[in-house]
Formats: sequence, structure tokens, C-alpha cells
Amino acid sequence: MQQFAALLDALVYTSSRNAKLALIADYLRQTPDPDRGWALAALTDGLDFKAVKASTIRNLMKERVDPVLWSLNRDFVGDTAETASLLWPNPVGETLPPPSVSETVDMLQAMNRTSVVTELPRLLDRLDVSGRYALIKLATGAMRIGISARLGKVAFAQSFGVSVDDVEEYWHGIAPPYSELFDWAAHGKAPPDTENMPLFRPFMLAHPLEDGTVDLADYVAEWKWDGIRVQLVHAGGETRLYSRSGDDITATFPEMAEALTIPAVLDGELLVQGQHQGGEAGGAASFNALQQRLGRKTVSKKMLSELPAFVRLYDALSLEGEDLRSLPWEQRRQRLESFLPRLPAPRFDLSQIVEARDFAHLAQIREGTRADAIEGLMLKRRDSPYVAGRKTGLWYKWKRDPLLIDCVLMYAQRGSGKRSSFYSDYTFGCWDGDPDQGAELLPVGKAYSGFTDEELKFLDKHVRQHTINRFGPVRETDKSLTFEVAFDSVHLSKRHKSGLAMRFPRIHRIRKNKPVHEADRIDTLRAMVRD
Amino acid sequence: MTAEPVGPSSHFLSMSAAFSWIRPEPHGIHIVPANCWIDPSRAVDTALVTHGHADHARGGHGTTIATPETLAIMKLRYNTAEGAQPVHYGEVTKLPGGVQASYIPAGHVLGSAQILLEHAGERVIITGDYKRRPDPTCPPFEVTPCDIFITEATFGLPLFTHPPIEEEMAKLLARLNANPEACVLVGAYALGKAQRVIAELRRAGHTDPIYLHGAMEKMCRLYEEFGVDLGELRLVADHTKEEMRGSIIISPPSTLNDRWSRRLPDPITAMASGWMRVRQRARQRNVELPLIISDHADWNELTRTIEEVNPQESWITHGREEALLRWCQLHQRRARALSMVGYEDDEDD
Repeated sequence: MQQFAALLDALVYTSSRNAKLALIADYLRQTPDPDRGWALAALTDGLDFKAVKASTIRNLMKERVDPVLWSLNRDFVGDTAETASLLWPNPVGETLPPPSVSETVDMLQAMNRTSVVTELPRLLDRLDVSGRYALIKLATGAMRIGISARLGKVAFAQSFGVSVDDVEEYWHGIAPPYSELFDWAAHGKAPPDTENMPLFRPFMLAHPLEDGTVDLADYVAEWKWDGIRVQLVHAGGETRLYSRSGDDITATFPEMAEALTIPAVLDGELLVQGQHQGGEAGGAASFNALQQRLGRKTVSKKMLSELPAFVRLYDALSLEGEDLRSLPWEQRRQRLESFLPRLPAPRFDLSQIVEARDFAHLAQIREGTRADAIEGLMLKRRDSPYVAGRKTGLWYKWKRDPLLIDCVLMYAQRGSGKRSSFYSDYTFGCWDGDPDQGAELLPVGKAYSGFTDEELKFLDKHVRQHTINRFGPVRETDKSLTFEVAFDSVHLSKRHKSGLAMRFPRIHRIRKNKPVHEADRIDTLRAMVRD
Repeated sequence: MTAEPVGPSSHFLSMSAAFSWIRPEPHGIHIVPANCWIDPSRAVDTALVTHGHADHARGGHGTTIATPETLAIMKLRYNTAEGAQPVHYGEVTKLPGGVQASYIPAGHVLGSAQILLEHAGERVIITGDYKRRPDPTCPPFEVTPCDIFITEATFGLPLFTHPPIEEEMAKLLARLNANPEACVLVGAYALGKAQRVIAELRRAGHTDPIYLHGAMEKMCRLYEEFGVDLGELRLVADHTKEEMRGSIIISPPSTLNDRWSRRLPDPITAMASGWMRVRQRARQRNVELPLIISDHADWNELTRTIEEVNPQESWITHGREEALLRWCQLHQRRARALSMVGYEDDEDD
């Protein structure tokens, strides 16, 4: 566990990607099985211990530290694991030596909601500050130390000289501690058998186009629909629906699992049937409608009939057992088009190609998309193979410009992770009428991003100097600062007092010289609703 | 300003009435009968200054009463020599209105002092910033009894426990030895922290020349004039990359990530600060080697000092007042938090 803790510390204090890769690769080479497999799973968020939750840690701490002092510390640090590792009281008397990673994992797996209260403290007592930090991170399953799953896989490939594409291919069929993966990569055995398994394949992703242009002779344009990107897989008699991050969401959309019965791996946008997005094949509802179906473990019949899902297809990775990923986009598209009639019509349609004379014409079309509540355009190289991740030059996303509104800062809270201890989570409001006639500010949203480091420092200082009230970790400010908020769309919502909910609000710019009474009114925001 | 009494309120009221001659105001602590101010954040007629850091020592006062070391620092940093009235540790200064002031070592930086005020048989101590660890560059904090103890709380959270400085020096030297072709760039506050780190490196047996950012030079020289031995110091500007391989370089924290460091041979970025106890704080500054070294009292020292001084009431200021206030509450000690402006979270300390 000390080596794993030292690795985590080193990763935290390293900013270069290559240096991080080298650190992980060294660790994987030097650490015995199965410790390294568990460690790799921890780094790539592949571990989940039912008995240990963030609340478990909080409760353990509140038995040992005054609850008020605990909250003040936690609020300052912005990370429960780190706060607990720092505040855990040193044990009195002899303790056992630090456990190994596998010993730790075995013990964590054996814990239940009752035993965790006595067993976890025993483990914590055997470790120093860094060890406790590593243990809590591993046990609660959320590292949040800036290591993506992809980085872990690249490091794995690097440490044993295998191809990262192969690692991606086998990864999703194997459970931690990935013995078959290490047998293959480190010990030269045969690769894992993944045929006839409904596995997730990593998505091909796009770079933002920014200010560039492309030649439409080489690139094709498609709408970027405002749902969630999904992969639908049928293999070995089973169907699975995966989200962009590879999470299995089959149970949430059972109608989609039933709809595919031919071996295939399909890439598309999950949407709910409705009137708003695209006219073809019945159209789709706004994201708001889809949102009501997300995150549910079981689905009622009413939901299924009122908010029926379908997939608007973008691409096919394989059809009837044939891997199409190395083919150019144009050929895959043809294959997909001829395959479509074999799929049940209400559950599938095809994302239409957007025809334009030239790039300028395309730009014009994009301008007109807002009313249709779609996110923008995708530009795909006609000869691009389907490759995992973001490869420069193949696919671009060209989002429409965001909507903007001037809001007033009302409340702030400290952030976590990289923004720990800064007041970086802001609640902002708009006027519910004419501010000169006694109107009041009503909160309309929250933003955590969009600002530069310099702006963050300014905002943090502003909050500290303009606090008029404290509610636990929340500070109420004197409402003297206006900022422009950018957002993708706004919808009616019963959950918020203002009756509105914004999508992806972020701080667009701070308007130091704009008096707060000139900030926008709720009516202005409401007029932007397209539900 | 907000002042929230804690504990039996009748007591607090009687206490406050008795001590009406000392008033915490947003811009400093006002000694009413003498019309003098402690560490005022704006220009006043007469200022009593605890130490030379910018949030306590400002220019423009008619008279500045401080230790000779602090006055020398203020002259160097803020070019304020007018109205300087030196007072040595232990000496008693008579102020108007029957108030006496004496300066007691605070162990924070060269010249730093607690100020003891006496009036009508009542004793008040303002700690300024202080620490309890030994520091080769200044005399140690002296515990002095008083009625009201006005304490700093920069690291006033239980999570802040500073490790022994020897451990941090060992970490620094181990990293240096493991990378003989590189250099370790240590960000350290130019007044106090830099000189303490250098002096501690010498104490740990590191006799190689230490390289300085230009902004550090004058303060190091001033320390030497006051008898602090810092060994051989060189300026980065006078030397080549090759010469600096395998060396320690000290620079102000603000220069850690800027262009200046490009002239250094593969610098490993370190920072000497109490905030380095929190990983994310180190990450926010791209620090690769965090060194938990502070010139402030840590949580255990803050609470131990209140116990040792054992005042009738503690007033808590600049820092994380809430947690220390809570501790006083839990330990049945009368306390209140003062919120004064202009005393920033000392990001570099």
C-alpha cells in the first residue's frame, strides 16, 4: 500500500502527461500480481466497494473529531479523503504493519455496512497520512486526481510494449484485477477471448472546430443532436446499451435492448420521440424530455409510453460479425443505410447528412439551427476510419454559439479538486421585475466553470470581501457583481423557484462596470425557452 | 467589523466594558487613550508595528514604533524611515493616556514582536504573527501572561500540523541528491521564510553555495547585518545554467511558474509554505515538491499557546477564526472573532 500511496502522491504533484505515464508504467512493471491489477483498477475508477461510501468516511470522522471542526476542515480542503487522512488520529500503541493492496482489497470486499465501522478504522490505523489518503480514495472509488481511464490504459500499454488499441479492445470484457490482461501483456500468454461478448468499444470523438474551416469535398456535415451519445451492442445473444463513458445503461432503456436482435455495434444519439429535433422519422423531443428518463434503475410503463426512446444512428462499428472500423466513413455509412430497413422503425432512424454548397453556406445553415434545439454540426472526414478517442483532423464538432444573459452573483461555495479552497461555485440570479420598482433577484442557475485562473482569483476575492451572510459552507454576497452567463439552452422546470433550468451554464465574462440593476430579468430568460 | 461573543454573555459584557480602551476596528486595533494603532492598514499618526510583512507594516505613518530590525526591514521594503522610533525587546515605552507598551519576541521573522499593552492594571497582548518552533534567524516566542490575548489564526484548522523542519530539509536534500544534473527551485517568501530555509539548510550540513533570485538579495544581506549567518549566497543572474546544476535556488513564490525559471537547469519546483499540507494547494501552484514549512503557529501550537498564556479572553483575528473560536467554546474559554480587513490570507506563507 505504501508504494501505491507513493504513486498517488507523485501523480498528484506531476503535471506533465508523459511524466505521469512514466510513473504509472514504472509502478506496473515493478509491482507483483495481483496488486498492480487492483491498483490499475483503482486508477481507472474500476473499483466499487458496496460497504464504503463517502458518508461512511464522514461518519467515522464525526465520531473522532468535533463535527463543526470536521465541516470547517472539509470545506477548506474540498476533498473528503484528504481531509480524513489529515485528521485521522494517530493510533495509540502497537499496530500491524501496512497492508498490501490486495490484502486491502480483500478486506474491503469482505466488509458490510455494519462491519465497516470497526474494520475500516483498523486499516486506517495501519497507515500514515499518504497511505490513509490512498486507502480512502481506493475504497470510495473516486480518485479525482486527474488520471483518466484512458491514461491508465496508455500507461499499461507503454509499460509492457503492447498496442493501446488492443488494450482498449480487451479491457471492457475483463474484470479487475485484470489477470488475463497481465497474462497477455506481461507474461506473453494468448490475448483474452472477447468474441461473442456484448462489449463496449471506445467511442470515436471529435475536436472542436474553433475558428477553422474545412473543405466539404473532404468532409461531410451531420447534425449534432442534443441527446446522449450511446453505443448499442448485440453479441452472443445479448444486447447492451452503453453511455459515452462506457457505463451500462441497458436497464434504463429496456425498449432499446429489445429493439436490436442482429449482431452489431451501432453508434448513435439516444433521444425521446417528439416534435423538436429534426423533422424526419417523427422527430425528437428536447433534451429536457430525455432527462426525465435518465438515471432510473427501473422504468414504469407510463414512462415507456409517454417518453419512448429511440436511437438516431451515426455509424456502425460492426454488422453481423464483420468489423467495419477500418473502412472509410463513406463505406460504413453505405453499409449502415442498407442495414437500417432490418431494424424496427420506431426505435431507429438515421442521422441525416446536411447538404451545403460550400462552407459559407453551411455556416448559414448552422446559424438557423437554434430553433430546432440541436447542438450544432459534426464534420467528418469522408475517408476516416473509426478510431477510438480524438484523432486530430478526422472529426470536428462545430457547436452553435451559446446563448448569453447578464446575471448577478448571489451565493458562492468553495470548489473541490483543482479549485479546492477557492470560492468557485456560483449561484446567480435575474430580476423578477423592474429593479427600480422594488423587484428582487431570483436564483436562476449555478456555474462552476468558464473563468480563467485570474478571473477565479478575482471572483474568490470578491466573495470573501462581499460576504453578508453565511449558511454553513455557503456565503451570501452583497449582490454587487454582474457577470455574463453563457448556456446552451433553457427549459421549464418545476425543480427551481424561477421555474427555469439552464443547460451548461458557465461564466462567460465578468462585467465589472455593469451596474447590477442593468442585469437581465427573468422574463428575458423565459423568452429563450424552446420547450 | 463583526465581533461575536462566545460563552456566558454577562461575563463578556463586563469584560468588554472593562477593556473599552482597546478597540478592534476594521483597519487595525485602536488604543483609545493613546490614540495609537497596532498594525494599521492605513496611514495614522502613531503606529505600533509587530513585524515587517506587508499586511502589518505600511508606510505613511507619522510615528512608527517597532523593533530596530522591523524598522530596518520597513526602510528597505517600503522606504519609510521618517518618524521611526526603535524599541528593543523588553523595553517599556510610555504612550499618551497612561498606556505602556512593551515588545516581546514572537518568533515569526527577524524583529517580529508581540506587543503587550498595559493600562489601568489591565494587560492586553497582540501577537501579530507568531510561531513556537525554533528558528535560527530570530529569538523564540515568549509566553507572557495577560488578560486579553489577541491571537492570529492563519493556520487555525486542526488539519494544519507542521512536521519537524528537519524532515522537510531531508526531503529537499534527498531530491537534490537524486537529481545532480537538475536544480531544485524553492519558492519562499522573501522576508523570513527564505532566510530561515537557508539557515536550516546550513544547519543540516548543506555548505554548497545557494543561488538567489535578485529580489531576495537585499533582505538576505540585511539579515546578515543583524548577525544571521547564511553561508555562501550567489545571484542566479551572475551564473550559467551549467554552474547551477545540482544546486538549490531560492526565489519568491510568484516567480515559480514564470519565464524567469527558464534560465535554470531543469528546475524541480518546490515551495516552502504551511499551505503545502493540502495537496490541492500544491497542485494549484504546479508544485512538484511541497515543503511544509511555516513561520506561523500550527493548530496545536495555537491551542497550546492559548492554554499556556491562559488569558481571561481570547480575540481571534486574521485567518480561520471560526475553528479556533469553536475550540475555545469546546474548552470553556471565552473568545470572540474579529474580522478585520486588509489582512489577506497570506498565500505565500
